[in-house]
Amino acid sequence: MKRRFFLIPLVLFLGLLIFLALGLRHDPREIPSPLINKAAPAFDLPTLSSDQHFKPSDYLGRVWMFNVWATWCVACQAEHPVLVAFAKSSGLPIVGLSYKEIQPQDEEKAPLSFEAKLTLARLRSRVWLGRHGDPYQLSVLDLDGKVGIDYGVYGVPETYLIDPEGVIRYKHIGPMSSEILANEVLPLARTLQKGS
Amino acid sequence: MNIFARTMNTPWLVKKAQTHSPCLAPLWVLVVWCCLITPGWAGQAQPLAQDPVLEQRMVDIAQELRCLVCQNESLASSHADLAEDLRREVRTLLQQGKSDEDIKAYLVARYGDFVLYRPQVKPMTWVLWFGPLVAMLLGIIGLVVYLKRGQSKAAQAGPQPLSEAERARLDVLMKDGRGL
Repeated sequence: MKRRFFLIPLVLFLGLLIFLALGLRHDPREIPSPLINKAAPAFDLPTLSSDQHFKPSDYLGRVWMFNVWATWCVACQAEHPVLVAFAKSSGLPIVGLSYKEIQPQDEEKAPLSFEAKLTLARLRSRVWLGRHGDPYQLSVLDLDGKVGIDYGVYGVPETYLIDPEGVIRYKHIGPMSSEILANEVLPLARTLQKGS
Repeated sequence: MNIFARTMNTPWLVKKAQTHSPCLAPLWVLVVWCCLITPGWAGQAQPLAQDPVLEQRMVDIAQELRCLVCQNESLASSHADLAEDLRREVRTLLQQGKSDEDIKAYLVARYGDFVLYRPQVKPMTWVLWFGPLVAMLLGIIGLVVYLKRGQSKAAQAGPQPLSEAERARLDVLMKDGRGL
């Protein structure tokens, strides 16, 4: 009986150890999104290529990927070849959200008008996509980052999968890898497309 | 350090300090030094909103919220770009007459409970809120039970009779008078 009492602190300590070990494996930067299984927030933004606007409701009835990117984002550059290859091989439409392309340093000398920002963002993004390849069906320009806030974006790149009903089904924070695309995104996209 | 040296050599300053009291001189130097420095900071500070009351409310709310980029900083103190955007968003919502709760709900809907330094009490967060209290109560109960048990055991046993060897030794000690 007495011997068992001595074991209690040991058991408690081991429990704590397991708890802490689990905590170490958990990445605090990956915050679970409350938007999963909720309708994709609506927006109406100008696209990169023309003055036409794009709304998420335009893509109702199909599964699509929504990828947040910017030319200033270093991690996006690392992710980009993976997306280009995936767009070609899978045929899944990818819509880009060009997030805050105009950074504060661009306005260091003088504030830019909205039109000037739009022109600069388009020019720079097109050059960047020309150099690195364009995986996007289209890209929308979120100059002030408001749509980013609605989607809970806190670091670029982020990627969402949206189902035919316009509901967010999946979110990945940080650069996409071809493994995640092949093992998680593509199977999920297929089941979502079949289910509709 | 350069500024300090220059201040020390400023003749009018030393003179003025001496007219008051010689021991106040270092204090005067410090005061003037601080005055010399602050304008440099003011240039970098963000302009306040036109309404200081609203700005104060914004800061109060932002102090309760976690910055998502630098996670150990509050939204009020973070210099991250996103924090700046979110503060602007909070300001806009306040101007629209939204309540503090509305604004927190707005951010939770987008970034999850993670943004709240004090998450709401709900089944998901029960362990977080009550876990430490429960652990402490269990510890106290355990301690009390352990001490009570030890006490009752000692009381039950009572004083033990001496063994033969102990008795013999006691006798020797008592006879010699050395035990006293």
